[in-house]
Amino acid sequence: MQVVARRLIQLVVVLLVVTFFTSILTALLPGDPVTTIAPFSSAQDRATLRQQLHLNENVVERYGQWLANFSTGNMGREYAGNGIRGTDIWGRIKDTLPRSLTLMLYVQILTLLIAVPLGVYTAYRAGSRVDDVANGIAFFLLSIPIYVAATLMLLFLSVQHHLLPSEGWVSITTNPVEHFKHLVMPVLAITLGQIAVYARLLRTDMVATLQEDFILMAKSKGISERRVLWRHALRPSSLTLLTVAGLNVGTLIGGALIVEVIFHLNGLGFAIYDAISRRQYIALQDYIAVIAIVYVLVNFAVDALYHVLDPRIRGARIG
Amino acid sequence: MLESADPKVAPNAIAAAVEAETPSEETYKKRGIGVFAWISIGWIVFIVVIAFLAPVLPLKSPMIGDYAHPNAAAFSPGHLLGSDASGRDVLSRVIWGARASLLLAVGSVLFGVLIGGLLGLIAGFRGRTTDTVLSGGFNILLAFPQLVLALTLVSVLAPLKTESNGAPPAPHEWAHRILVVILAVGIVSIPILARITRASAISWTQREFVMAARAQGASERRVMFREVLPNVLPAMLSIALLGVAIVLVLEGALAVFGVSIQEPNPSWGNMIYSQLSDLSASPAVWIVPSLLIFLTVLALNYLGDVVRSRFDVRESVL
Amino acid sequence: MIRRKRPAAPGTERFADAPLDGSLLEIEDVKTQFQTERGLVHAVDGVSFSLERGKTIGIVGESGCGKSVLSRSIMGLLPSNVVRHGSIRFEGHEIGSATGNQMRPYWGTQMAMVFQDPMTSLNPVMRIGNQITESLRVHFDVTKEYAEETALSLLTSVGIPEAERRLREYPHQLSGGMRQRVMIAIALACGPKLLFADEPTTALDVTVQAQILDLLKQQQQERYMAMVLVTHDLGVVAGRTDDIAVMYAGRIVERAPTRSLFEQTRHPYTEALLKSIPKLAMPSHSRLDAIAGRPPDLVKVPPGCKFAARCPYAQPKCLTDEPPLIDPDVPGHSYRCFFPVGSQAGADALGRNLAAGETATGLPVRKEGEAVLTGVAV
Repeated sequence: MQVVARRLIQLVVVLLVVTFFTSILTALLPGDPVTTIAPFSSAQDRATLRQQLHLNENVVERYGQWLANFSTGNMGREYAGNGIRGTDIWGRIKDTLPRSLTLMLYVQILTLLIAVPLGVYTAYRAGSRVDDVANGIAFFLLSIPIYVAATLMLLFLSVQHHLLPSEGWVSITTNPVEHFKHLVMPVLAITLGQIAVYARLLRTDMVATLQEDFILMAKSKGISERRVLWRHALRPSSLTLLTVAGLNVGTLIGGALIVEVIFHLNGLGFAIYDAISRRQYIALQDYIAVIAIVYVLVNFAVDALYHVLDPRIRGARIG
Repeated sequence: MLESADPKVAPNAIAAAVEAETPSEETYKKRGIGVFAWISIGWIVFIVVIAFLAPVLPLKSPMIGDYAHPNAAAFSPGHLLGSDASGRDVLSRVIWGARASLLLAVGSVLFGVLIGGLLGLIAGFRGRTTDTVLSGGFNILLAFPQLVLALTLVSVLAPLKTESNGAPPAPHEWAHRILVVILAVGIVSIPILARITRASAISWTQREFVMAARAQGASERRVMFREVLPNVLPAMLSIALLGVAIVLVLEGALAVFGVSIQEPNPSWGNMIYSQLSDLSASPAVWIVPSLLIFLTVLALNYLGDVVRSRFDVRESVL
Repeated sequence: MIRRKRPAAPGTERFADAPLDGSLLEIEDVKTQFQTERGLVHAVDGVSFSLERGKTIGIVGESGCGKSVLSRSIMGLLPSNVVRHGSIRFEGHEIGSATGNQMRPYWGTQMAMVFQDPMTSLNPVMRIGNQITESLRVHFDVTKEYAEETALSLLTSVGIPEAERRLREYPHQLSGGMRQRVMIAIALACGPKLLFADEPTTALDVTVQAQILDLLKQQQQERYMAMVLVTHDLGVVAGRTDDIAVMYAGRIVERAPTRSLFEQTRHPYTEALLKSIPKLAMPSHSRLDAIAGRPPDLVKVPPGCKFAARCPYAQPKCLTDEPPLIDPDVPGHSYRCFFPVGSQAGADALGRNLAAGETATGLPVRKEGEAVLTGVAV
């Protein structure tokens, strides 16, 4: 319980600092939000708008106001050329966040499904031809930028051969087949590089684990090599992978951002880009706060998984 | 115990034990770094030199279009690599673009290494409160997704072209933008470089020779710079190489969002982006810079890996 | 694949299907070589012995002498880049050239090993109970419940209190001695006929060592197993083994029934080992006679007797001819020396060396009171 409390406090601290930092940054964004939103409105309307956006106050007060609003769930409105009324930010988050999360989830699942067996096998056959070839391919893959992979796929699979749709998001409840067809390229673009990173990481750990005494002991019990690999060697080796998977959320978000723009998927990443270019600082802060929450929660989950995977850490408390 | 339970380790342990006290030079045969490493170095040197020499090479203008030949295919007369929609020569743009992209990549990594490396060194060396405070700072910065932070910083530090009067940016604006991106990306890279340097600094600081230097009365600063820093450098070198690769890729990502080098100045990134709307016309325009980014990143990744494994091996044998 | 219909019952039992005549294990001229960067390492260089059920042989030697490699060679646990020569016969079946796949049915059920360091030899992320039941469930057709019951009684029989609780625990939650007991339980789970104990007490506290060794002895007697006890410590094997084989540089240099080895030591190396053990009866601050020098290079193996460089009895003949392993005086007590301890030839050799101040290999030798010391005076 103590651990949980500590983590929660960490979560709150990180959130506060991150969002405060963002608010400073956004305050520095040049350009006047009001003129961007409503360039042709009357002076009176503009004054009202200024009031609503708390533009007359200084940074700290503005932040305090934002914080008060955010914590009570009032996320404000976003103005994107819809006139003075603007669109509801919370609504936009509700639409876009699940999409980005789904995208990242697919990427993570696909990556693990391929990278784990690959890592295990190349570690088992370390130093062999297969291992060298796999390593070479891994290098190859992780040197391809996501946008290059995305563009290449877009060209061949969509533009030239019309195998897959080039843009848009179809929800899984509407049409599962189309849902996946629209996501094949975006997910693959990110996954290819990730597979290479994860597989190499796992391989390194596994090779080290396979040299340990308890592996020889397991072997001497007469159990099959496959069982030794998967039941005995994999678990202790997966810790680094887990850590990286947690830290990787940042990279995944960046990747999601890119593919969302290229493939016109209306996700949170795209919303952030939108907010930046339209100087919507309240929206931007809300989005970043949401991402920070996701990031810390994921790392929280990673920590919890750590305890499950490695009982030695668990034991420290019982001990 | 020399005879460990693992037979894989046993032969080396026995061999080492039965030899004379200091392993002879033949035990670590001075292996070269391999042909691929040399190819990688060669490629990088080649690209850097060409980019450096851009002003004196006989290239067509990268920014003024040859309207007579728009969308020329590769190997057409006058345009070795074809031309883009406005007729601008791809070869020339790619070489000038190399200048911009490489300048950016190296600049930001240098910035990150200098500041991040220094901060990490201090944090790792001093430990305790200094470390807690600095590490806290790094972790907070790391909580931002990299790309988002970079995008925000760039937008903050420099206005978009749409906010100026629409004319092509003057040279000083180009330089200004490069500086801005360098600063933004550099800041983003600080926490990672700092973390790695810190980890390395911590492990070296705990070694006995550092204690010995301190015991001899050397000042803290001297110990840090004379004893710990030189040993931390290999780790930093390896991560710097990887960092340049990452920034090169990042520049392209920034271009996708339109905040990298502004048109019509070329960079590898913005050449790729410029074609997103119309991919099949003159594919050379985006394939060539993509290929160049890919090859350079591959070379850098490989070298970074080689540097790292070289120094790791030394560590474990000692 | 050997698959017994009737699973091994825990505790005491005798196996009726073992051959009553002939040895359980017979190895002949076993050689094991590793390919390394420096060349071919001859870790085991021609070892032979036989072992019957219910008997224990101790293999004693310094680090690097090949004893651990030997036990792994016999079991076939070495990686595939290791070359084995010679004959290894288990219950009459030749297994010296068997592959890992061919040996797997034997591991756990016919022969098992207790490893040196229980902290690193037990899987840190797997519960103790599972580590025991795993081999039961892999080899035999048992239900989970039966396996757990067996594990429970195994733990009890190796002397672990509160066995029920221990089943659920992880290795790091146990003390060193208990971990080694668990290791023994795992090794015995499927009722093997041959047990290798590879330095079973080296990683343990002195107070616990005797307990573990007694436990091994007890289990061996109850189960009528053959045991190979590998150690560098002569004190461990004294009184607990039937025969002892002393190894040096990959070869056996002396082999004898335990008592004979201690009472009628023949090989200079064995003599040196005995002398280097501190005894309670010695006055305090007595100098320990360490053996000067280092074991020879196993890649570029020198000719002649391998111990010559460190032997106070060394003569010119020892540099050129390798002494054969023979038992000319007492049958069953074989040794590999031209000038053995306690013989006239040996005494003469020593006398010559002392007079000259050095041996045929140039090793300085001198007498201080009763003790013969080699090497440079400290």
